[in-house]
Amino acid sequence: MIERFQYDNRIVKNFLFITILWGVVGMLVGLIAALQLVVPALNFSEWTTFGRLRPLHTNAVIFAFVGNAIFAGAYYSLQRLLKTRMFSDVLSKIHFWGWQLIIVSAAITLPLGMTQGKEYAELEWPIDIAIALVWVLFGINMFGTILKRRERHLYVAIWFYIATWVTVAMLHIVNSISIPVTLGKSYSWYAGVQDALVQWWYGHNAVAFFLTTPFLGLMYYFLPKAANRPVYSYKLSIIHFWSLIFIYIWAGPHHLLYSALPEWAQSLGVVFSVMLIAPSWGGMLNGLLTLRGAWDRVREDPVLKFFVVAVTCYGMATLEGPLLSIKFINSIAHFTDWIIAHVHIGGIGWNGFLTFGMVYWLVPRLFGTKLYSVKLANVHFWLGTLGIIFYAIPLYFAGFFQSLMWKQFTPDGFLVYKNFLDTLLEIKYAYWLRALGGSIYLIGAFVMVYNVVKTVKAGKLIANEDAEAPALEKVKVTGGHWHTWIERRPIQMLVFSLIAVAIGGIIEMVPTFLVKSNVPTISSVKPYTPLELQGRDIYVREGCYTCHSQMIRPFRSETERYGEYSKAGEFVYDHPFQWGSKRTGPDLHRVGGKYPHSWHYYHMWDPTTMSPGSLMPAYPHLLENALDTTTTRRKIEAMITLGVPYDPEFPAQANAELRQQGEGIVADLKKAGIETSSDREIIALIAYLQRVGTDIKAKPATVATAQ
Amino acid sequence: MSVIFLLLTVSTLVAGVFLLGFIWAVSRGQYDDDRSPAVRILLDDRVGPIQPSTDNEQP
Repeated sequence: MIERFQYDNRIVKNFLFITILWGVVGMLVGLIAALQLVVPALNFSEWTTFGRLRPLHTNAVIFAFVGNAIFAGAYYSLQRLLKTRMFSDVLSKIHFWGWQLIIVSAAITLPLGMTQGKEYAELEWPIDIAIALVWVLFGINMFGTILKRRERHLYVAIWFYIATWVTVAMLHIVNSISIPVTLGKSYSWYAGVQDALVQWWYGHNAVAFFLTTPFLGLMYYFLPKAANRPVYSYKLSIIHFWSLIFIYIWAGPHHLLYSALPEWAQSLGVVFSVMLIAPSWGGMLNGLLTLRGAWDRVREDPVLKFFVVAVTCYGMATLEGPLLSIKFINSIAHFTDWIIAHVHIGGIGWNGFLTFGMVYWLVPRLFGTKLYSVKLANVHFWLGTLGIIFYAIPLYFAGFFQSLMWKQFTPDGFLVYKNFLDTLLEIKYAYWLRALGGSIYLIGAFVMVYNVVKTVKAGKLIANEDAEAPALEKVKVTGGHWHTWIERRPIQMLVFSLIAVAIGGIIEMVPTFLVKSNVPTISSVKPYTPLELQGRDIYVREGCYTCHSQMIRPFRSETERYGEYSKAGEFVYDHPFQWGSKRTGPDLHRVGGKYPHSWHYYHMWDPTTMSPGSLMPAYPHLLENALDTTTTRRKIEAMITLGVPYDPEFPAQANAELRQQGEGIVADLKKAGIETSSDREIIALIAYLQRVGTDIKAKPATVATAQ
Repeated sequence: MSVIFLLLTVSTLVAGVFLLGFIWAVSRGQYDDDRSPAVRILLDDRVGPIQPSTDNEQP
């Protein structure tokens, strides 16, 4: 029986338009942040410093631009692949508006400094809860659509969407667990090494299951559609899917090589990361080979051009990723701009170009017209490609050479570049070129906006598209023992056995981990004082971790420059951990006690006074703003809940101790000729900075004898 | 490092969910035919010629 029904195009249009809007906004913020790195004056105000704009940029491009692109593509393809309208128009609408509300609240709270201080998971707990809710609604809508489908077979793209939904839900919930202090402040449930492990398990899989798997689903739908030929090998696409999702989730620790994470966890991450080359390249080749015999059309059709570059960038990023997780290469690339180049190949190449191709393919179809100008789309394509090249190549050079500068010794065994700033100023040219690349890329996006507006004006939205398909017949369960189906398929049987064994193996390993905690405790490591804790929260609020690491790797070049390498046991009271992932400035783990209080005071007021040529933003507001001490008690109580060994009586007297410590710092500053009062934020920040990494220095005698 | 148990458990759980999905897919014969689905998605099920719908609201 043939049934007639209608596809909901309006929701696709909404998601697609908002994708374009947030895309432009996100890229613009990225460009501003890039320029702030070369012109510190562009940091404007306390709400727009690099430390606050960088999270805004990453959240905007990941969750607003890419996120909405996923929803647009998924809502379009799901309906057609399943031959049905979405499960519920109301859910679709709530999903759309809910997601945009989340983005707007992110755009407000991040500049205000409300952050959990964990990369790509900065949003505070009320927004986290909203994300979880909207995500669940999206899931209901998607699975509801799958249940009422008129097509028995689930095309591979749908599997990619399902895996995305399941995994992102899990990642988001586990990583976001925190204890709220106020509406805009919470502490990560985990501390130090544990927090780092959870964060990068999340961070890596956010790349895997938010930026990769859903886009692979989009690729497997839109690339064949645009080329009008079936995917090169459907079988390969199925293998691609299952192997990718089973391997991806174990690769997170490669973000923490040479850190204080236990060695075995690091190695595990490396092994799985290297294995990822196989499925990733299988998928890339499958995409590119789909165009075999149609390359002449790639010359004509901008949509295919965008797709080809997107898939090629996917291939490049997924070759580079496993290589970067090999320890030796990682020791050079980590903390440098190499990584920034790497992620932008993925971000603006793979995600950006696939989205652009999708926009050019979808808009004419949704509006029942032709693209306004193929020529302008080609212009966009070339601007975008040039943008990627100008963005990435200078940063690859910069990252590599800066890392070599960090590691360079004179024949006498001294660091050649003693001052970190010198290495940064050497690569300033690359930052300019990167900003140029970003500008070109952004101009391309504006060309697209014009083209889309013109196309939309020429057509009329087909809000409900008529379609017809036969109703799905009920399948009869055939007789026989329930597992005969698998026994008839020896290959699958083998695969199942292997998976079962793998899972069994992991479960068997768990008890061995249980035997003893792998974080050695260091008796001299003590909880932060109330003032230091408040100072640390300012450090988190200002996003210092976006430019400064707190993780000295056990290399001679690093211990020489910064001091004793970081130990896992030093971070047990760090909620959240602040190891960072990028050194635009020097590592700060041993900054405690390195400079006098007055140095920090002047440095925060204007970094160039202490460090001529510094590219760090100035933080004069810290010298003026009063410290909010009303939260001290609740903060200490929250820490006690998290297991930090403060005395049960302590929260009540916390503020008294806070003031006392502050007075001490003020008195010291006075000796240096600085008049200030103890209730300023700067005092708390100085207290924290002077404390960082000093606990293990408490016993200099033993260290001396040990050597 | 006790958090590793949480991560392993959750990851394994999700892997288990995927495994069930895989078993389901194979048992339902989702992969019996690995050629025609790729071609089928190329066919449009639109009714009649492309025309802007007169009714832009929910039917």
